[in-house]
Amino acid sequence: MRLLNLFKIAYKAIILNKVRTLLTMLGIIIGVASVIAMLAIGEGSKESIRATISSMGSNMVTIRPGADDRGPARGSGGNVQTLTLEDYEVIKESSELLSYITPVVNSGGQAINGSNNWPSTIYGVYPDFINIKVVGLQSGSMFTDAEVKSAAKVALIGQTVVDNIFLNGDNPVGQMIRFNNIPFKVIGVLEEKGENTFGQDQDDIVVAPFTTVQKRILAIDYLNQIMASAISEDDAPEAVTQLTEILRTQHKLLDNEDDDFTVRSMEELISTFSSTSDMLTVLLVAVAGISLLIGGIGIMNIMYVSVKERTKEIGLRMAVGGKGSDILMQFLIEAILISVTGGVLGVALGLGATVFIESFLHWPTSVALYSIVISFAVCAITGIFFGWYPARKASALDPITALRYE
Amino acid sequence: MKKDIIKIEDLKREFTMGTETVHALKGISFAIKEGEFVTIMGSSGSGKSTMLNILGCLDQPTSGDYEIDRVKVKALSKNELATIRNEKIGFIFQSYNLLARTSAIENVELPLLYNSKVSNTERRERAVKALEMVGLGERLHHTPSQLSGGQQQRVAIARALVNNPVMILADEATGNLDTRTSYEIMSLFQELNKTQGITITFVTHEPDIAMFSSRTIVLKDGHIIKDENNDTILSAAAELAKLPKEDH
Repeated sequence: MRLLNLFKIAYKAIILNKVRTLLTMLGIIIGVASVIAMLAIGEGSKESIRATISSMGSNMVTIRPGADDRGPARGSGGNVQTLTLEDYEVIKESSELLSYITPVVNSGGQAINGSNNWPSTIYGVYPDFINIKVVGLQSGSMFTDAEVKSAAKVALIGQTVVDNIFLNGDNPVGQMIRFNNIPFKVIGVLEEKGENTFGQDQDDIVVAPFTTVQKRILAIDYLNQIMASAISEDDAPEAVTQLTEILRTQHKLLDNEDDDFTVRSMEELISTFSSTSDMLTVLLVAVAGISLLIGGIGIMNIMYVSVKERTKEIGLRMAVGGKGSDILMQFLIEAILISVTGGVLGVALGLGATVFIESFLHWPTSVALYSIVISFAVCAITGIFFGWYPARKASALDPITALRYE
Repeated sequence: MKKDIIKIEDLKREFTMGTETVHALKGISFAIKEGEFVTIMGSSGSGKSTMLNILGCLDQPTSGDYEIDRVKVKALSKNELATIRNEKIGFIFQSYNLLARTSAIENVELPLLYNSKVSNTERRERAVKALEMVGLGERLHHTPSQLSGGQQQRVAIARALVNNPVMILADEATGNLDTRTSYEIMSLFQELNKTQGITITFVTHEPDIAMFSSRTIVLKDGHIIKDENNDTILSAAAELAKLPKEDH
C-alpha cells in the first residue's frame, strides 16, 4: 500500500467531515494560539523590563561608600567618606573588566536661568559618564578631559531642566545658567530618557565636570559614588567581585572586617525583575498548556467517536483488502493532518493575536521562536498520540464484526 | 476441464460461546469451478454466514482445507488474507456498504487504492470501465445519496469487479431491493457470468434467486443437504419482461 494512497484516503475522509474536523482543530488552534500569545506577553514584559534596565545601563556597576545598607541600621552612605579619587584611580588602573569608569559627586540645588529656577541635582563626573549611563546628546557636546582638569564651569542639562528654566523655547546651548549661584555655560542638552523603573525622572539632571562640582560647589575631597561599565552584561558579576577585592586591598581591610563600601551591579535588579516576570510567564504558560491539553483531548474524543462511527466503513475497507496497518495508518494520518493543520492555523492565530495585543492594547509583546516550536510540537504530539490510540483500536477490529456493526 | 476456483474439504468451524462450543460447520466439502454461478442457500442458523465469511477470507476454518485459486488459505496471516481479499474476491453486500458522500467512481476505486501494483491512471481507467460494465457510465460522479437502491448496488458490483477477482461473493445482494430491481440486478449478474465468464457465489435465503443460478448448495445445521446443478436456469431478463409495467 503506497503511503500516498493512504494520504489520499485520509485527506478525503477529512474533507468529507468538514465540521467535525473543524471542531477538532478548534481545540488545537486555540491551544497553540494561546500558548504563543501568552508567552509573547510574558516575554514582552520581560524584555521591556530588560530594556528599561538597559537604558539605565545594564552593565553598570556602582560603588558607594559605606557597607551594604540592607541589614541592621548603619550610617547612610551619603555621610560616609570612605571613597576617594585615589580609589577611582586604582580601580581604573587595575581592573580589566571595565570599559568606562567615572567618579561621581552630586549635590542638590537650584538651577537658575534669569528669573526661572528649578530644584535639580548636579552630577560632577568624567566624560565617560554618558557612556556609562547610555545617554546621548540632543544638541551640543560633552565636556572634555581638559575641561575636567581645568574645572571649567560648563554643564549639560536634561530635558526637564530645559523645560523648567528655558520657558521661552530658546536653544539652551551657549546660554549661561547658575547652579547654587555658580555660573555655568550650557554646552549640551541630554537626550530624553523619561522615568526609570522606580518612577524617578532621569531628565531632571545637570551634568558638570567632576572637579568643578567637587571643588567649587561641594568643596569636599571624597566621592559620593564611582560608576563604571563592565565590558559586557555577563562580565558585571565578575567585575563586582574584582572591584570588591581591589577596594579591600586598597582600604587595607582585614579579613574579619566588613567592607566599608558597597559594589553593586544591575544584575541583582535585573534578576529580581526577571524572576517576577518569569513567574508571570510560568503562570501564563500553565494556563495555555492546559488549553493545549484540552485541545489534545478534543482530538482524542473526536478520533474515538469517529472510529466508532466509521466501524462499518473500516469493516468494508478491510473486506476489500485494507490491512490492519493500512487502517491504523489512515487514522494516524488523519490525526496528523488535523493536528498539523490545526497547529499551523494556531501559530497564525497566535501571531495575529500578538500583533493585535501589541497594537491595540499597547502591551509589550515579543514572540519567542521557542514558543512556536514548543506549542507546535506539543500539539502535534498530543494530536498524534490521542489519534494513535483509537486508530490502533480500529486496526485491531475483526472485519466481520466491523461489517455487521450498526 | 475448467479449473477449480474454490476447493473445500471437510471444512469445520467451531465457536466457543461461554462454556459451550457451537459447531457452525460440521465437515463440508465442495468445489466451485471457474465460470459457475452458485447460490448457497439455507435458513438462519444453517451455517450460511459462517460459510460466507470463510469463503470471503474474513474468517479462518477451525479445521479442514480451503483453497481459493490454488492458494491454501489456512496457512495465511491476517495481512496475507487481506491481500487475497483484495486481489481474488469481489464482495457485494446486502446494504451496499458504499462510502457516504463519496462519488461512485471513488467508491469503485477503493479496492485498487489498497493495491500498490495499480497506478493512478490505471485505477481511474479500470473504475470507469467497471462502472460502464454495470451501466452507470453516465453517473460516475454521483454520490450514493443521489442514486437509487438498484444503482447503488450496481456501484457495489462495479467495485467488486474492478480488481478483476477470480470470484464475486454476494451476500444477500438483492435483499434490500424490490422484485423488479432484484431481477435487474440478477440479470446483470447473469450477463457478467455469461459474457465475462465471472464466477459468482451468491449467498441468499430467497429461493427464487436460486432459480437464476447454475447450481444450488443448500446448508442445514452445518451440513450440506443438497448440492445440485440447475437444469432449467431462468433468465432474469425474461422474468423481468414478464413483470407488470410500473406506472410512472
